Amino acid sequence: MTGVNRMTGAEAAENVLTVKNLKKSFGGLDVLKGVDLDIRKGECVVFIGPSGSGKSTFLRCLNLLEIPTSGEIRFDGVSMTDPKTNIDQMRQRMGMVFQHFNLFPNMTILRNLTLAPIRTGHLNREQAERKAMELLKRVGLEDKAGGYPAQLSGGQKQRVAIVRALCMDPEVMLFDEPTSALDPEMVGEVLDVMKELAKSGMTMVCVTHEMGFAREVADRVLFLDGGVILEQGTPQDIFGNPKEQRTKDFLNKVL
Amino acid sequence: METYTAWKTLITAGESVSAWQRFYVYFYQAFIEKDRWQQYLQGVGTTLYVTVMALILGIALGVLVAVVRTAHDQQRPGHGNVVLGILNGIFKAYVTVIRGTPMMVQLMIMGFVIFSSSREFALVGALTLGINSGAYTAEIIRGGLMAVDSGQMEAGQSLGLNYVDTMRFIVVPQAVKSILPALGNEFIVLLKDTSLISVIGGQELLYAAKGVVSRTYEAMFPYIGAAVIYLILVMIFTRLLGIFERRLRASDRR
Repeated sequence: MTGVNRMTGAEAAENVLTVKNLKKSFGGLDVLKGVDLDIRKGECVVFIGPSGSGKSTFLRCLNLLEIPTSGEIRFDGVSMTDPKTNIDQMRQRMGMVFQHFNLFPNMTILRNLTLAPIRTGHLNREQAERKAMELLKRVGLEDKAGGYPAQLSGGQKQRVAIVRALCMDPEVMLFDEPTSALDPEMVGEVLDVMKELAKSGMTMVCVTHEMGFAREVADRVLFLDGGVILEQGTPQDIFGNPKEQRTKDFLNKVL
Repeated sequence: METYTAWKTLITAGESVSAWQRFYVYFYQAFIEKDRWQQYLQGVGTTLYVTVMALILGIALGVLVAVVRTAHDQQRPGHGNVVLGILNGIFKAYVTVIRGTPMMVQLMIMGFVIFSSSREFALVGALTLGINSGAYTAEIIRGGLMAVDSGQMEAGQSLGLNYVDTMRFIVVPQAVKSILPALGNEFIVLLKDTSLISVIGGQELLYAAKGVVSRTYEAMFPYIGAAVIYLILVMIFTRLLGIFERRLRASDRR
C-alpha cells in the first residue's frame, strides 16, 4: 500500500469497494497473494500486468464468481465474503462485462437486457423494455433489439453486454478484458462506450491490455504481477515514470 | 384355410413341397391360424404401455437426480446444503448400482424377489425399466447441463439472478437441444428393452411370439415377425423425435 495512503479521511468514507489481504489459490497454485485495495466512488481503476498475474481472478473475486481463499471484500460497507450475505442481491448492484460477452444465445437482445431487471423485481416489463431501448439507443443498437446475439458482430455483442449490465443500474462496473476477444477494428467502438461511461461518473474496475484506454481514462493504474499489486499510481506516474523494474519491463514489451 | 390344411398335411406326411408352399404354411400358422395376429397385437399394446410408463418414470427420476446432483456440484465451497448432500449421496449410489448391474438381473430381482407375489408382471416390468432408464437419463441430462458454457451461468449470476432463475431461463433451455438426441437414443433402447420383461411374465410382444413358437414348434416366423414389428415401432419413434427436434430448432433461428 503506497499510493492509496494519499487519501484523506473524507475520501476514504466514500470508498465503495474495500479489499483487505485478498488471497486466492487454485489447488496448490497461489494466484493472489494478498491484495489490498480501496476504490472510491466514481473512480476508474485499471489493472494491467502480464498474463497469469491474477488480474482476472482478482476481478472475479470482487463479485464472488471466484470464492476468495482468505481476506475480506466489502462492497458499500457490506462484507461480500460473509456467508450470511445475500450474494445475489449484492451482485445486482455490480455489473460485469466478460471477455467472451456471454450473451444468452437463446434469447433476443431485448430479452437479454430485460431478463434480470424483471426477474429480480427491479422493474416491471414495460419499464425494463423502455430502459433497455433507451440504453440501446445510446450505444447505437436500437435496431437490433429483436435480433439474436449470433446476428451481431463482436463489437456489437460487447456493447450489448455492457448495456445488459447497465440495465440493472449498478453502482460498480467490472470489466474483464472486454476487448481481448474482438477483432482490432471493433475495439474502438467498445472503448468509446466505456469512456463515455467513465465520464458519466460510473465507478469502474477494468482489466485490460488497452494501454491507450488506461492512459486516457483511468484515474488510477495498478500493475499486478505475481499475485500482488507491485505498483500503482496515476497513468502519468505508471506510464511516464514507472519505479519498479518489472513494470518497466512489462511496459517496454506492450507499448 | 383349405389350402393351408391340405399343404400342412403334405408337410407332416413328409412329402416334398415347394418353398412357396412351406412359406405359406408356416406364415399362416404363425400369424393367421386361430387369429394369432391378435396375440401379437396385444403384445404390442403391452410393449407400448410398458415403454410409456417406463419413459415417464425414467424422465421424472432422471430430471430429479440430474437437478439435485448438478445443484450439489455447483454449490459454493463451504456453503454446502446438508439435505442436498444426503440426496446427492443417495442418487449417486442409485446411478452406480443401476448402471453397474445387468438389466436382466434387475428384472429378475424385482420380479422374483421384491414383487414375487405380484401378478402385475407388466407393471413390475415397467417399474424396473423406469428405474433403470432413470439412471441413464439422469446422466444424459447432467451431461447436457454441464456442457452449457460456464460463462452463461456466470453471466446470469453476475446480473444478480438467483440459481433457480439462472438455470430456468439460461442454462436449461440451452441444454435441452444437446440433450434431446441422446435422450431419443435412450428411448429407443428402452422400447427394445421392454422385450426383457417376458422373462418375468410380462405379456408383451416377444412373450406373444414365444407363445406361438411353443404351440407350433416353429420359431422362424414368430421371431422374425416380432423383430419386424420392433423395427417398425422404432422407426416410427425415430421419425417422431426427428420432427420434434426440427420444431425445436425452428423456434430459434439464429
